[in-house]
Amino acid sequence: MSETLKKQNSSPRLELLNITKQYPGCLANDQICMTLMPGEIHALLGENGAGKSTLVKTIYGIVSPDAGQILWNGHEVDIKSPAIARDLGIGMVFQHFSLFETLTVAQNIELCLTKSQLEKIGNLAEKIRDISKDYGLNVDPDRYVHSLSIGERQRVEIVRCLVQSVKLLILDEPTSVLTPQEVAGLFTVLKQLSSEGCSILFISHKLHEVTEICHTATILRGGKFVGDCEPANETPATIAKMMVGDLAEQDAGYEKAHGGSVIFSANDLHLPAKNPFGTSLKHINFELLKGEILGIAGVAGNGQEELMSIISGEDNRNLKKVLTLDGIDLGIMSAGARRKSGLAYVPEERLGRGAVPEMSLSENTLLTHSSGFVKSGLVNWSAVKEYAKNLISQYSVKCHGEFSEAKSLSGGNLQKFIMGREIGQNPKVLICAHPTWGVDVGAALAIHQALLKLRDQGTAILLISEDIDELFLLADRMAALCDGHLSPVVRTEKTSIDQIGQWMAGTFINEPKVSEALA
Amino acid sequence: MIRVQARTEPSTLMTFASPFLAIVLTLVFGSILFSALGKDPLQALYVLLVLPLSDAYNISEMLVKMGPLLLCAVGLSLCYRANMWNIGAEGQLLAGALGGSAVALMFVNSDSMLAMPLTLLGGVASGMFWAGIPTYLKIKFNSNLILTTIMLNYIALYLLIWAVHGPLRDPDGFGFPESAMFSDATLLPVLFESGRVHLGIILALLLALFAWFLLSKSHLGFKIRVYGADEPAATYAGFNAKAISWFVMLFSGALAGLAGVAEVAGPIGQLTPNVSPGYGYSAIIVAYLGRLHPAGAIIASIFLAILYMGGDLAQIEMGIPIAVVGMFQGVLLFFLLACDFFIRYRIVSSRENMA
Repeated sequence: MSETLKKQNSSPRLELLNITKQYPGCLANDQICMTLMPGEIHALLGENGAGKSTLVKTIYGIVSPDAGQILWNGHEVDIKSPAIARDLGIGMVFQHFSLFETLTVAQNIELCLTKSQLEKIGNLAEKIRDISKDYGLNVDPDRYVHSLSIGERQRVEIVRCLVQSVKLLILDEPTSVLTPQEVAGLFTVLKQLSSEGCSILFISHKLHEVTEICHTATILRGGKFVGDCEPANETPATIAKMMVGDLAEQDAGYEKAHGGSVIFSANDLHLPAKNPFGTSLKHINFELLKGEILGIAGVAGNGQEELMSIISGEDNRNLKKVLTLDGIDLGIMSAGARRKSGLAYVPEERLGRGAVPEMSLSENTLLTHSSGFVKSGLVNWSAVKEYAKNLISQYSVKCHGEFSEAKSLSGGNLQKFIMGREIGQNPKVLICAHPTWGVDVGAALAIHQALLKLRDQGTAILLISEDIDELFLLADRMAALCDGHLSPVVRTEKTSIDQIGQWMAGTFINEPKVSEALA
Repeated sequence: MIRVQARTEPSTLMTFASPFLAIVLTLVFGSILFSALGKDPLQALYVLLVLPLSDAYNISEMLVKMGPLLLCAVGLSLCYRANMWNIGAEGQLLAGALGGSAVALMFVNSDSMLAMPLTLLGGVASGMFWAGIPTYLKIKFNSNLILTTIMLNYIALYLLIWAVHGPLRDPDGFGFPESAMFSDATLLPVLFESGRVHLGIILALLLALFAWFLLSKSHLGFKIRVYGADEPAATYAGFNAKAISWFVMLFSGALAGLAGVAEVAGPIGQLTPNVSPGYGYSAIIVAYLGRLHPAGAIIASIFLAILYMGGDLAQIEMGIPIAVVGMFQGVLLFFLLACDFFIRYRIVSSRENMA
């Protein structure tokens, strides 16, 4: 495919020559070269920390490289700021959207246009409607952003780029927040843009998506260029091997377990949202069995945060006879008492919630694991340090030592540490949110195996994740959350990505209950 | 071109250097000011900073002033560590002086062994009560602690003034707004024959060491540090936020109350409207100068006590107005906050940045 592209358009749209960027203590990009043809959909692949973000930020003018050249349509350019990048025709959709919730779609788009661009466009709302129609994006310029779903917000970001007649569109992990059906819609748009000659640089972790739509791929590892490939000629497994070596192959084919007796149950959990943009939970029922992993799929913002914080007790509203852990009424206990009753929790945010950034790893061990280390109110710090050292070696946490500050660790290493700390308390129930989000493949493998080992020891695990592949890999039973409703719970081998995807979009909400029959 | 850039991590060097840098800048500023006033700046600084340590009497007077500063600052350090912005040490100190005096006046004609301990207890309890009011309001109604503690400072002051004009006024005092002199059994024992240094400074030092121990060795101290550094992590870990808030506020109130009662049952010996020259406010500067660490507070309270003493001496020796002390404190805090900026930021020339 890329050969034909190169024949059609002899001159590349973008060329990167020996781009190098040094951060303190880390060579983020080491002499990276890349070529993008007009109309090409080009994947940028690599583990976390491979240097993908630094490279695209360089192209978009957020990061200035220490060395190397950028050629745009054959001419060397110095992209000092995103404004210059936009002038050239480079647009970027970030992983975390940069939209103001209290403004309308049109106002948000207007904000990043210059006066001359606005004059050229004339009627902005009209233009948004035109683009929206041309590409089937279905964006209404007059709606307020807070009323849009995540998928819709992403489309607003794309429209924002298209309004400026973009020649190169950069997407940073665009599918991580979408349902499978929304992903298909996005791909249609990308293919249409590509056929019109717009180049697309696509960052993703999800290899099957890359093989599906990308013409070419550049693979980075540890800041270095590892190789080019044409995804159409590869399988996800071969690409993964190029990214990380042999690890990915090991992280597959785990056996499913059948849980034992019920250890935790939520009985008609119905709760209004605490803050105005939150999601209220609607009559949620489920049971968690000893020695099983129950996976809950769903797009972020559909009640996951609310569900976890009411179970963990961080949301301190009392609920009588709703949550039961091993026969105890959990809902009326404080978060600390719940932990003592055998509940452990790996939260979504590692830094700032799961760990105190400025504190050492041994202090962060004591954060949730105090039993055995506190006697008459005094901390036995030397025992805590010993224990932290063990955690570090047992879970291969890369750091200088137990005295390292939590914020000095990479996301994957900190996650391994937090996971080890929570597992070390021999919990009856572990709540685990997005355990491998932003974690490299090696660390993800270690985390997956630690979870399965814990399951096999009889702990019940509630796994909440946006990564459907991960849920299918680990969960023994599955359900989906949509707008605070929980779908029926089914055994993983009896469902499909398609069905879970539909549940994530909420198709079960108005259906009659079929759950028990399926389970 | 020179510009400001965020550091990748806070500078440890600047954390410790900042207070000293701020002191030096304050002295430079002071020298310029004294020159402008037509005073010899070197002599002024000598009187302000060296003379207070020149003889035993002056040193003992310095210690008298250091006691309440240290007590209040240690309590405030703990509050600020837990993100409780208690500006009310002054009010808690006055409440302690008032409550302690009320107890002490029951023992005017007594030599009971209980007089002194009960008086101290009365002061401590009053300080705790005064700190408890804004804590309750914050926990119950989520009111702003800074505002309520400041307001309660004024309420405490006027309550005290009302008391010395009314119920606690010495009936034999010719109508002066003062209480009767406390009995000897009530007064804190003096440490040395000459001078007014009393038991208060010993208590203050012991309590500072206790707070240091509490923060570094106890589980509660650990929880306080987590709560202040990262509230979501404290909630996640299941720490009881209310209990932590109550503890640091009552501890701070107790210490400030002790400072107040130790003033009236110490160097003053009776309740007067002028119990405190703003110790509770100066203690905020002490706490920050001491990096919110009890050991740091010991050093910082010595410095501010010297400044208080020096202000008195400068007025006597050189005719420099006493307001200079307040101004020095203000300028010191100003420079301290300015220097603290460089813990997280640094100045770079953009040429270096381009390389």
